[in-house]
Amino acid sequence: MRIHFKRSYDEDIRLFEDWRRMAKYAVLLAVMIALPALVSAYFLGEVTLVLIYCIAGMGLMILAGHTGQISLGHAAFMAIGAFSNLWFMEQGMSFLLALPLSAVFTGLVGAIIALPILRLSGIYLAIATLALSIIIEDIAIIAEPFTGGVGGVFAPPVDVLGTSVDRYGSPNLFYWMCLSVVVIVLLGYANLLRSATGRSFLAVRDSEVSARALGVNVTRTKALAFGLSCAVTGIAGALYAHFVQVVNYESFLVLLSINLVLLVVIGGLGSIHGAFFGAVVVGLMPQFIAIARDFLQGSVGIDISAYPGLDTTVFAVIIIAMVIYEPLGIYGFYMKIKTQWQLFPLARRDMFRRSKSYLKTERMR
Amino acid sequence: MSLLSVENLAIHFGGVKAVDGISFDVQAGEVFTIVGPNGAGKSTIFNLISRFYQPTHGKIVFDGQDITRTPAHNIAELGIARTFQNIELFDHSTVLQNLLVGGHTKRRASWIEDVLHLPRSRANEREARHAVEEIIDFLDLAAYRDKMIAGLPYGVRKVVEIARALASDPRLILLDEPASGLSVEETADMAFWIEDMKKDLGLTVLMVEHDMSLVSAVSDRVLAVVEGKPLALGTSAEVQSDPRVIEAYLGTAA
Ligand SMILES: Nc1ncnc2c1ncn2[C@@H]1O[C@H](COP(=O)(O)OP(=O)(O)OP(=O)(O)O)[C@@H](O)[C@H]1O
Ligand SMILES: [Mg+2]
Repeated sequence: MRIHFKRSYDEDIRLFEDWRRMAKYAVLLAVMIALPALVSAYFLGEVTLVLIYCIAGMGLMILAGHTGQISLGHAAFMAIGAFSNLWFMEQGMSFLLALPLSAVFTGLVGAIIALPILRLSGIYLAIATLALSIIIEDIAIIAEPFTGGVGGVFAPPVDVLGTSVDRYGSPNLFYWMCLSVVVIVLLGYANLLRSATGRSFLAVRDSEVSARALGVNVTRTKALAFGLSCAVTGIAGALYAHFVQVVNYESFLVLLSINLVLLVVIGGLGSIHGAFFGAVVVGLMPQFIAIARDFLQGSVGIDISAYPGLDTTVFAVIIIAMVIYEPLGIYGFYMKIKTQWQLFPLARRDMFRRSKSYLKTERMR
Repeated sequence: MSLLSVENLAIHFGGVKAVDGISFDVQAGEVFTIVGPNGAGKSTIFNLISRFYQPTHGKIVFDGQDITRTPAHNIAELGIARTFQNIELFDHSTVLQNLLVGGHTKRRASWIEDVLHLPRSRANEREARHAVEEIIDFLDLAAYRDKMIAGLPYGVRKVVEIARALASDPRLILLDEPASGLSVEETADMAFWIEDMKKDLGLTVLMVEHDMSLVSAVSDRVLAVVEGKPLALGTSAEVQSDPRVIEAYLGTAA
């Protein structure tokens, strides 16, 4: 096990603990940049979708993982991000301007919705946000001038600094664009977590009463977290719109909201890593299932494509297993393996025994 | 000069008069202790001063300023910090991170500066860490700095909670049963911490405590409260020998 001796406050503040860690992430980033040269165009498309899920996942993670407020309606904010982005572009705005603007718009809508909604907690908050996800389907049909009604909106061509970026026409460019957005959001998120603002989010998650006693304005903090969360999710929605190229009321169903919740839970609540792990699982699950299907059909001769709800069922089984056996998600599992490896052969079986925990914020009433 | 004065304070929860006409003044620099049997309303008085509860009657004045209607999240900035009877730490963070939240009121950077990690945000971080290191030193917590709260022994958590309160640089600190659940040695240590806070940091301490050894060791004045009403006020010895207090603790037999 490596022990890191700190010599200045800056060593605590900076993003990477030491150069090894920095090198690891640099290699990962280099591989991601070089990916178009390594994989097929089809697979690159799938990875692009995973990146979009990553952004949406980071959005929800800010809220659910770091502020402790559940939202079962985040697809609604993907929808707002998507429709507003397309609408801004139809008004003649360039994509580079429309993307941040749609993020700001979605964030503002989120913060405004948050003020009444976040007075609720636990199951009531879950129900209220779920309702949001259901309402958005109707709004997407009713608000025809903005959303194209039942038919939806076709995404106008994206033009970045004079170059056309199109999912089919220039898949590499589209992939790199999504990757850049992931990196930018990631940096902002990491900055947030090492600052007073990020700590106030964690404080609200772990104990609202002591947060208040220490001067944290809980209502404002929750609204800010919800707003930031929605802004990031809105960016994911906008990119998704350009990825699928046509969006309508059916593009952002409740199931997508549930998928986002699965993403953060499976990945590991309360860590940025979790958003990435979760996105890989949620984004690539249909592929895994397709591969498994072909394999089963080819080798054993069982045709499981006759069961249409299969991926949902697989998800359900995974999440139940996860909640029971690994509540900290894939990231928690990864940390366990890593610690055990570093301590080998000194690791003890009960080292990770879970301490009983429950929602603290419900206690002081 | 009295730093905190509470005038005729009362709060009723439905029919329960949890606090019913309490008045007292806490002088700057003293250790003022509230004692009383279970359910007497001691924690409720703290929750009123922290502004978690809105009093039904009465007035709370801190340093000449009426805070009876001040929002709870503005209390820390005025210079009142507190601990909780059932430790309320941020369990999934390290000791250092907990203390840093204690310095929340000192930050100057906005959330936008934080997200972009601009110079002011960075300067905030350095200053906050500097302030927190002094408290870690003061309360001897260096060994636990980077440990998660969830794995710490109970006695250490009690001290961490006090450290977190000190990190907001208060003038008045409210300690709700600082010695509950502590061993005899830990209680003796707690008495030293409280003395140090008073002498070295010049803090005023308002404390609720059942452990009479600690109460006698550190208190300048003691207020006994029973069923939300004040019963006796004086030095620790005076209050402990007051027949009404003894009766309240032992219960009225007749
Ligand atoms: N939020 C509330 N709603 C209703 N009743 C309350 C509330 N808070 C406190 N009470 C009641 O007020 C009374 C005083 O409670 P309080 O917690 O202040 O007692 P205490 O003196 O701190 O006792 P202990 O020594 O056990 O901590 C109790 O009867 C309690 O049930
Ligand atoms: Mg109490």
